[in-house]
Amino acid sequence: MSGMFFLISALAVGGGLAAVLLKNTVHCALALTLAFAGLALLFLQLDAQYAGFAQMLVYIGAVAILVVFAILLTRGSETPKDGVYSRNWFAGLVIAAAVFAMLGWAVLQSTSVLPHETAEPVVTVQQIGIALMGRYVLPLEIVALLLTAATIGAVIVAMHEKEGAK
Amino acid sequence: MQETISFTPQLTASPIAEMLWLVPAVPIVAAGIAALLKQPRRKLAATLAIGSMSFSLLFSLFAFAHVLAGWTHGLAIRETVNITWFQVGNSQVELGWVLDPLSAVMLVMVTFVGLLIFIYSTRYMEHDENYTRFFCFLSLFAGAMLGVVIANSLLLFFMCWELVGLTSYLLIGFWYYKPSAASAAKKAFLTTRVGDVFFLLGMVWLFSQTGTLLFYNNGAGSLESNALLLLLSQHAALGLTAAGAIGLLIFAGAAGKSGQFPLHVWLPDAMEGPTPVSALIHAATMVAAGVYLIARVYPLMQAGALAGGTTTPLIVVTWVGAFTAVFAALIAVAQNDIKRILAYSTVSQLGYMMAGLGMGGVAVGMFHLITHAFFKALLFMGAGSVIHGCHDEQDIRRMGGLKSDMPITFLTYGIGMLALSGFPILSGFWSKDGILEAAQHWSVAKTPFYMLVFGALLTAFYMTRQVAYVFLGHWRGHGTAHESPNVMTVPLAILAFFAMALGLLGTPAWPWFHAFLEGRSTRFEWHILVEPGLLGLMLTSTAVVLAGIFLGLKIYGDRSPKPEAPDVLEKFAPMPWRWLRDRLYVDEFYALTVIAFYTWWARVADWLDRKVWGGAVASVASVFRGWAHLNRFLDANVVDGSFDKGCDEISSSGGLLALLQTGRVQTYLRILALAIVVLTAILIWSSRA
Amino acid sequence: MTPLASYLLVAALLFSIGLAGALTRRNAILVLIGIELMLNAANLNLIAFWRFGPHPEALTGMMFAIFSIAVAAAEAAVGLGLVIQIHRHAKTTDLDAMNRMKG
Repeated sequence: MSGMFFLISALAVGGGLAAVLLKNTVHCALALTLAFAGLALLFLQLDAQYAGFAQMLVYIGAVAILVVFAILLTRGSETPKDGVYSRNWFAGLVIAAAVFAMLGWAVLQSTSVLPHETAEPVVTVQQIGIALMGRYVLPLEIVALLLTAATIGAVIVAMHEKEGAK
Repeated sequence: MQETISFTPQLTASPIAEMLWLVPAVPIVAAGIAALLKQPRRKLAATLAIGSMSFSLLFSLFAFAHVLAGWTHGLAIRETVNITWFQVGNSQVELGWVLDPLSAVMLVMVTFVGLLIFIYSTRYMEHDENYTRFFCFLSLFAGAMLGVVIANSLLLFFMCWELVGLTSYLLIGFWYYKPSAASAAKKAFLTTRVGDVFFLLGMVWLFSQTGTLLFYNNGAGSLESNALLLLLSQHAALGLTAAGAIGLLIFAGAAGKSGQFPLHVWLPDAMEGPTPVSALIHAATMVAAGVYLIARVYPLMQAGALAGGTTTPLIVVTWVGAFTAVFAALIAVAQNDIKRILAYSTVSQLGYMMAGLGMGGVAVGMFHLITHAFFKALLFMGAGSVIHGCHDEQDIRRMGGLKSDMPITFLTYGIGMLALSGFPILSGFWSKDGILEAAQHWSVAKTPFYMLVFGALLTAFYMTRQVAYVFLGHWRGHGTAHESPNVMTVPLAILAFFAMALGLLGTPAWPWFHAFLEGRSTRFEWHILVEPGLLGLMLTSTAVVLAGIFLGLKIYGDRSPKPEAPDVLEKFAPMPWRWLRDRLYVDEFYALTVIAFYTWWARVADWLDRKVWGGAVASVASVFRGWAHLNRFLDANVVDGSFDKGCDEISSSGGLLALLQTGRVQTYLRILALAIVVLTAILIWSSRA
Repeated sequence: MTPLASYLLVAALLFSIGLAGALTRRNAILVLIGIELMLNAANLNLIAFWRFGPHPEALTGMMFAIFSIAVAAAEAAVGLGLVIQIHRHAKTTDLDAMNRMKG
């Protein structure tokens, strides 16, 4: 594998690690952004340019901002006295490790069946557009509906009460 | 004298015989009705008793007339009515009644004397508050006694015998609140019971050998020749045949009821009962039941006797009777209670009757029984009149001079006393002479004759002593004595008449009684009276009686010593007098031996019952209790414990499981992730395998 | 190790990191961050399989990933809105303290 891959992977993984390990929540959100960026680069590496840019636009441009705003709005509680990790954090760690072990093992065990590098695919935006409007029109509409509902829902959920104070 | 009687066989019973069961049944029904009455219904109770007794008397007279009619036509009537009660295996248990001269004569005597005593007691018991109960018991007794008389089955005889014993117990203990009366009643019952055990043994043996308990059953009865031959052919112990042994056993029962030595101890104590009871039961009828029993089963007692000879049972009967006659007469000399003298006199006369039966046969013994019933009832009722007139005084040393205060009583009592002593021409003379004559000619020994003559001397002596103390001399009691009312004196007069006249039915010149009983004819032959043997005997007995009366009058006469002063004879011979006065210590002997043994045995039985059987039961119970404890322990600890443990485990595991429900999201997430890991592993492994 | 395998491993690593964060951090927002990471890892997985799979011209993997991104965005919006509302109600985002679901 190329060195670029390792670099980008390190970026993504490092960002993810930082996102879960840092004490300050805002730092976590920023680290998350870094992780998203790394992932977008990985997508680009995988010749999925559209997915990569979509990732950048949506995740970094929307979700990360959302997270930061949410952190801002819930800033009322600073770093808790008891620490940022929950009481039984070790159990969670172990479980996560188990999951990784499982997945890693599954991946490594089944290497032989997986196909090797194929030719580099060429994907144009036009192809994606046609696919979206053709084969995947139904999911598209449903996602549109979902986004509408989510928007309305998020607004209602986060809306201030009439007599509520802030 | 002892002929085997052959009675004319009767195939069908006459109507009178068929209805004969009414004679005992009516008084018993009267008793039953009276038992249901409340206490104050005196007139009704007395009417029931007297009415039922009158009915029985009338019926008995009819029955007697029927038998008499048969006798005058030369038939010897014996009619039986037999019923099967129930069946036991192959043999049947039968009951029945018989009408023959013996039962007819006894029926008339019992009902007649009984009726007179019933009438007498309406006045005598007037002041008693338990009047109704008295007449109820009297009726019951009368019914039972009549049942004894007519019974043709030894079983029915025994049942009525026991019933008579029961009523005797009830009547002796009539004033049950008096401890002396209660214990006297118990003593009477228990002593006769001893005799009854032997009676029952004899009865069972008889039934097992002959297969029937009926006396007469057209040839199949136990007193008829077939059965007797069978019994004679079997041998029991001690050289006796079965017939002899059974006869002895039955005599033991009779000895208990008739107060022969050594079972006589209850009769004097039975004087605790009211005087009419003493008159009826313990003089005339119940005690005579033993004599009647021997007379009834006489064919059995006599079985196997050669002509002119005798059998072992009859020998035993004679000796016991003779001994009792003298023994009781001796004791009577030293008694001071008016009724007790008469009681011992009764015992003595019963001895005479038994001796008469043993030596002379049925007629001789029965004749004395009949005459004795009349004059003894007379004497007892006279004594009751005296007691009533002396305001319930019974000690003869506190009486005296009553011949002027109570003339009718004195006159009738005197007649009774002379009849008892055997004064010539009166009834007792003829009946006692019959016994003496039989004793004189007894083949076995002459000793009973001398004993009986001595007894006659004693009888005259103690009766004269009693009359002297009570009627002669001067009054030593408190208050004044008065004559009894007519209701009481009229029966006395009637009985006195019979005491005088009845003897004429059995004189040797015209032995109607004997002929009637034996089913042969007879006629008046006065020349028999002056036959040398008989004349000599009559003169001897007259001399003995006169000697006794003379001695009595000489010693006691009109003297009337003070009550506290010792008796004349006591001064003369203090030691023998004291022995006689203390009843020759028979009761004390029993207390030392039989009763002491019984008390010891009762203690042993009680100890056994409490410690051994009780211990066994307690140990079984404690096994169960231990088992119950074990069960409770197991149940509480093991079962409940395990159940509780189980429930605890479940609840604690529930508690454990509840820990999962923390309510925190991250816990649920963790579990989710864990589950995914596990499932994936399973998937992978299963697909790989 | 094939390139695909390495991409898959990276995706698995990211997924585990995201899961660890979701399971161990107290703050609710950080749990959501963890969830976003997990989604991203899944997306990576999808793209990797699309690239190295038999028919990349069918665009199936790419479409799947794009839709996933869209849905993730919608979910993040609603989720964060919920967190904000919870914070307003409970005055805290501490997940350890929120056990109203208990029992």
